[in-house]
Amino acid sequence: MNKKQAFKQKLCASPHIVWSAIFVVVPLIMVLYYAITDRTGAFTTDNITRLSDYVTPFLRSLWFGIVATIICLIIAYPLAYIIAHSKAKVQSTMVILVMIPMWMNFLLRTYAWMTLLEDSGVINTILGKIGIGPFHMINTSGAVILGMVYNFLPYMILPIYTVMTKMDKNLVEAAHDLGANKFRVIKDVVFPLTRSGVISGITMVFVPSVSTFYISQKLGGGSFALIGDIIEMQFQVSNNFNFGAALSLVLMILILICMAVMNRFGDAEKAGGVGV
Amino acid sequence: MTKMKLPSKLYVAIVLLFLYLPIFMLIVLSFNSANSTSVMQGFSIKWYIELFRDEATLTALYNTLLLAVTSSITATAIGTLASVGIFKMKKGVVKSSIMSVTNIPMMNPEIVTGVSMMLLFVFIGSFLGINGVLGFWTLFIAHVTFCIPYVILNVMPKLRQTDAHLAEAAQDLGCTPAKAFIKVVLPSILPGVIAGLIMSFTLSLDDFIISYFVSGPKFQTLPIRIFSMTKKRVTPDMYALSAIMFVVILVLLILVNVFQKNDEDKKGGARR
Amino acid sequence: MKNNVIIDLKNISVSFKDTKVLENLSMYIRDKEFITLLGPSGCGKTTTLRVIAGFLEPDSGEVIFEDKVINGVPPHKRQVNTIFQRYALFPHLNVYENIAFGLRVKKMKEAEIKEIVTEMLELVNLKGFERRNINALSGGQQQRIAIARALAVKPRVLLLDEPLGALDLKLRKDMQVELKNIQQRLGITFIYVTHDQEEALSMSDTVVVMDGGEIQQIGRPEDVYNEPKNAFVADFIGESNILDGKMLEDYKCSFSGATFQCLDKGFASGEQVDVVVRPEDVDIVSLDKAMLTGTVTSVTFKGVHFEIIVDIGGFKWMIQTTDYEPVGKEIGLFIEPDAIHIMKKSKYSGLYGDYSSFSDELEHLSDIVEEE
Repeated sequence: MNKKQAFKQKLCASPHIVWSAIFVVVPLIMVLYYAITDRTGAFTTDNITRLSDYVTPFLRSLWFGIVATIICLIIAYPLAYIIAHSKAKVQSTMVILVMIPMWMNFLLRTYAWMTLLEDSGVINTILGKIGIGPFHMINTSGAVILGMVYNFLPYMILPIYTVMTKMDKNLVEAAHDLGANKFRVIKDVVFPLTRSGVISGITMVFVPSVSTFYISQKLGGGSFALIGDIIEMQFQVSNNFNFGAALSLVLMILILICMAVMNRFGDAEKAGGVGV
Repeated sequence: MTKMKLPSKLYVAIVLLFLYLPIFMLIVLSFNSANSTSVMQGFSIKWYIELFRDEATLTALYNTLLLAVTSSITATAIGTLASVGIFKMKKGVVKSSIMSVTNIPMMNPEIVTGVSMMLLFVFIGSFLGINGVLGFWTLFIAHVTFCIPYVILNVMPKLRQTDAHLAEAAQDLGCTPAKAFIKVVLPSILPGVIAGLIMSFTLSLDDFIISYFVSGPKFQTLPIRIFSMTKKRVTPDMYALSAIMFVVILVLLILVNVFQKNDEDKKGGARR
Repeated sequence: MKNNVIIDLKNISVSFKDTKVLENLSMYIRDKEFITLLGPSGCGKTTTLRVIAGFLEPDSGEVIFEDKVINGVPPHKRQVNTIFQRYALFPHLNVYENIAFGLRVKKMKEAEIKEIVTEMLELVNLKGFERRNINALSGGQQQRIAIARALAVKPRVLLLDEPLGALDLKLRKDMQVELKNIQQRLGITFIYVTHDQEEALSMSDTVVVMDGGEIQQIGRPEDVYNEPKNAFVADFIGESNILDGKMLEDYKCSFSGATFQCLDKGFASGEQVDVVVRPEDVDIVSLDKAMLTGTVTSVTFKGVHFEIIVDIGGFKWMIQTTDYEPVGKEIGLFIEPDAIHIMKKSKYSGLYGDYSSFSDELEHLSDIVEEE
């Protein structure tokens, strides 16, 4: 390639580079800036020290996020496997069926669960008619986790399904042929080969679960404040941008650490797998 | 492929029921004659009529569409150009750092993206002495920002698949480099560009969290309007709205599917 | 045009990062000739082609087209066209539109375009394929369309970058003949790049053997085969026994412990040289008439001849003969003076050794590696 021409072609990326610098990098610097200053713009560490009051919501967010992610994985993995091993026509229909709820407004979906789970809600009304219940379901930690699982489940199904369809079906047959039983095939062949899908699924469920702020307000009744709720409050209610920025900064770092641990875990597994 | 066995069918049915239970409930209750969001009393379409009478909701719908169209087109243009430029770059620190920054809006929690952009806008606003800086333009910028990585994600693999010699062949036959791009490279990456555009459009249409932080009272989108309504007790006209959205999405997806199938059939036919 | 030279490359150097791909390469190409750049992968042959096409600007040196320096002239303004390795047909256009592409860029009238496309399809024996989808064509057909597309714009020079590399052997042979026919019929210059020595020898007017970014030898196919300039050329083209030898005087040399008559002169007496003897030029004679004697270590039946490896004083020779000789037998060899070719020592001397580790399988393997 002509060097001049190659340079011209590379220049095509410049609008994006400028845009990203101003609207991605600078905003993150702003978060840092606000986190270490007070309302007047003077340097302070108050926002950081104040974070210690919020260890509980941080831990709760993490815990709920982990539980929701694990439940999603348990539900999604067999489903993805079943879909990937069904007829082509069934497959495309199923994928659409999984995707449609994703396209529904997230707030309305969550709100719908609220009306379903309420003490006098749809589920209890129906159960009441057949003489069971009523059960208290809304405003529990279970309801919050259910909201997370419901909202983010498709994000776990789709990436796992995608790697499963790309997997060479002959490998499974080869494993059977070599004498492995069903369990061994799944453990030693299918699972290792679908790890990349599982990892991206976990990322896609965990990140929004940890940082969500609406679900817990609606389904947790305000008694399970997550870190997202507290950040939202700083910005939309108490107008304390500086402390909100500090919380966001920590949330971001926390998620980065989780992702790093995840990837390290994934890599180590992979390396071990190759070594054997 | 094998036929589904009964336990598998049952499992799929349960998961789908879980996914669709709230949606069906919304649709059924949208035809409720009573002003209740949980108990069905009789059939009526009054909530649909109500919905179309609600000026604020209609404005929000218009705003949402305006924002989705403008921001997805802008993001597709910037993202496609960026893919072409980044693709040409040689592996190294520059390329990998550009890619890392590109991926930030996809990897970062949405709330952090929203908050960070809000801080920037507020900071600039106070610097310039503008009150109420948040509005269409801040939403537009935010939406373009979070859509660009998805466009690049869709276009980049198409560029990789495109034979590098195609552009050279076109130049060889007399095209200037720019003309070669338009006549040869663009058509072969077009499916990726369109996928990026559609993805951006739907992401913009559906976005709540980021929009929530960078919007002001002057310019509300539908998700933000829904949020403010769900803060209080919701009336069934919101259900009517979600029912309409569900049907529209369903029709759109079926159309896309049929279109894709036709396209595949055509290709398959040509091959024979 | 001076001396009928259409393209003149002068002292071309190209390097990518720190590796030199072409080093001070100079050559000229005559109008209407079929010239082949031959060499192993990484020898710089494709790079040379890209410099001529204008896809690559040389770091130094001049590219001259019809007495004009064309450095810096972009590809779309050069009167040369390229057939790409994997054809590079436009997948979104049908056969007709692919061939018409260059004509449309020139803004020709539709009637003219139609005429030329029809003519080109006839030329490549694909009449009636106008509306076909590119993806619906076989490899050979795609190849023909690529040729038609490049020829449609009436180039002065056609550059072909391993155009037959993706075809199977049978198709390849047919296309070789066809390409040669097209070239002669249209009377345009072909610059052909390949790593297949057989292809190069059978098609070209001139062969340019390259290695390490340098030209090793330029000449007619017969000359390159019969009079290789150094051990690299001798080894790369055909099979050869390359031996250490000494020039005793004009027309007299010694190797393998014997003295031979030869046709070469002009060396200093006692000069160390490389001696090439082609396997088919060695005759098997009875021991009493032999110039050299050795023991057969392996015999392979090749159809038209046997390939036997003979150990002569520890050096394994390859000999092609129609007579069967069993393994272990001591045989006598006779070499005519015109079968001996003397080369000056070069950096390639001593690199190629004898045939002790030779096997067809290895040869085949190294071919595959090369293609990648």
